[in-house]
Amino acid sequence: MSTSTEVTAGTEAERAPKKGKPELSEGARAERRLGWLLCAPAVIVMLAVAGFPIGYAVWLSLERYNLELPQDIKFVGLSNYAAVLSSPYWWQALKVTVIITIFSVAITLVLGMLLAMVMYRTLFGRGTVRTASLVPYGIVTVAAAYGWQYAWTPNEGYLSAAFNNSAPLTTEYKAIAVIILAEIWKTTPFMGLLLLAGLSLVPEDLQKAAKVDGATAWQRFTKITLPLMKPAILVALLFRTLDSFRVFDSIFILTAGANNTGSVSILAWDNLFNALNLGIGSAISIVIFICVAIIAVLFIKGFGTAAPGSDIGKR
Amino acid sequence: MAAVNTTPRQKVGWGTANFVVIALALIPVLWIVSLSFKTPTAILDPSFWPAQWTWGNYSGVLETSTFIRPLINSIGIGLIATFISVVLASMAAYAVARLRFPGKQVLIGLCLLLAMFPLIALVTPMFNIERAIGLFNTWPGLIIPYVAFGLPLGVYILSAFFREIPWELEKAAKVDGATPFQAFVKVIAPLAAPGMVTTAILVFLFCWNEFIFAISFTSTIASRTAPASLAFLSGSSQFTVPTGPIAAAATVITIPIIIFVLFFQRRIVAGLTSGAVKG
Repeated sequence: MSTSTEVTAGTEAERAPKKGKPELSEGARAERRLGWLLCAPAVIVMLAVAGFPIGYAVWLSLERYNLELPQDIKFVGLSNYAAVLSSPYWWQALKVTVIITIFSVAITLVLGMLLAMVMYRTLFGRGTVRTASLVPYGIVTVAAAYGWQYAWTPNEGYLSAAFNNSAPLTTEYKAIAVIILAEIWKTTPFMGLLLLAGLSLVPEDLQKAAKVDGATAWQRFTKITLPLMKPAILVALLFRTLDSFRVFDSIFILTAGANNTGSVSILAWDNLFNALNLGIGSAISIVIFICVAIIAVLFIKGFGTAAPGSDIGKR
Repeated sequence: MAAVNTTPRQKVGWGTANFVVIALALIPVLWIVSLSFKTPTAILDPSFWPAQWTWGNYSGVLETSTFIRPLINSIGIGLIATFISVVLASMAAYAVARLRFPGKQVLIGLCLLLAMFPLIALVTPMFNIERAIGLFNTWPGLIIPYVAFGLPLGVYILSAFFREIPWELEKAAKVDGATPFQAFVKVIAPLAAPGMVTTAILVFLFCWNEFIFAISFTSTIASRTAPASLAFLSGSSQFTVPTGPIAAAATVITIPIIIFVLFFQRRIVAGLTSGAVKG
């Protein structure tokens, strides 16, 4: 950490005189050109794939546009948004998404913290634990989702058999619980690794000093470890929350949205590929985009999460 | 040091914790592997391990192009997207970490936007655009969005790596008469190689895992990737239960990636945490 700030200080200092000059030197201009040249391809690709389509989606969302009725394309203003926001399907999907997000993020945070503790403090087999915990991270979400689906199928799955041959995927809340379980299993390692990185920044001396002063393990955790890890926890939470809000793969495989278990992403996808309604689908997409933006702003402004990349910005 | 004053009770406690973590991580994967070795009749038996083992599911899946072709697509699309993404991200990250130029914030802002972007919001407009310009159901139709979503990851990881590089070397090269571009290619790029490998691994994992675009922008096995093809294996065998073939296909796309992840675990951990700790 300290070395990187020194490096910055050094480069700033050596560049300062350049800035003071009235006009750009040949070198500074060349540097500028090179900077633009090197960034241009990345910026163009990102604008072409995200910037332009999102603008186009805004336009589509203002039109009545059904792929089955290609002659009947018409500008209808905000009525698609009115249709979405007044539809019980949207609110049901939003409810499911919020439930999945809150439960999976909260449980993943607790389990991720426990996992980080085990990886950090365990006396032996640290490498094996880390290796094993990377397996859920590496596995393809869809493949894992099939595993969960079969495991919970009555007469076929070991988990269903263990729970009295139950069929949780056929009822709303049990199916949502299985979706949350699948999400937690897949994402806890990622959370654990991010928290482990934060954990290793907590000075060991502080822990020892507190121990000498008679603090219990729980006190040391809540008064020293947690406050010092706050930045790492908030960044991990922001990423996990946004990621969880977009949940699609697991649901698509596990229930395909049946029995009111579809997330907002599933709803948008259904409107495009099953109802072939580009107008409504786009309106849902834009509303999801706004929801994600609100979550990000809440975290960054409300909780003071460091925006990812903000440290790059200072340079 | 810590080991000196550990009690047997602590050892048992941590041993149990280790065991629980490893079991929870591996059992769901072992279940899929186990399913893939079950015969169609054994599938209808909820015991964890198959009563009779068979390779039939694998030979069934690997003999048909419904799975082999998507597997090739996955590898090809993943490798090409990863390569382009790493090249473009290294260029941009070098500029961000090293050069002074106006407009840097635009790049960083774009990266941030894409890092948080809900993929589903792009599906509708991209579906229409790709159909209009003939990219629908082609390799480039998936490669281009994958490159774009690999870029933020690459710019973050690589600019973090680039900051750690001893820049005196670059200056020395310039003193010796190298242009800034030569200094980048001949001096910095080799030093940045570990960061580029890390980025490449994470971007490839993203492409390999990606599902929404893969089912939305493809319609046949000409460009459908392996995860997307799993959802279509169900229909291939009308009269047999598709569980076995799907489990076999899932195992085929899972096991190599697990080996890959285990082999490169240090780099993956370094890459995943490089952004978070400094934030």
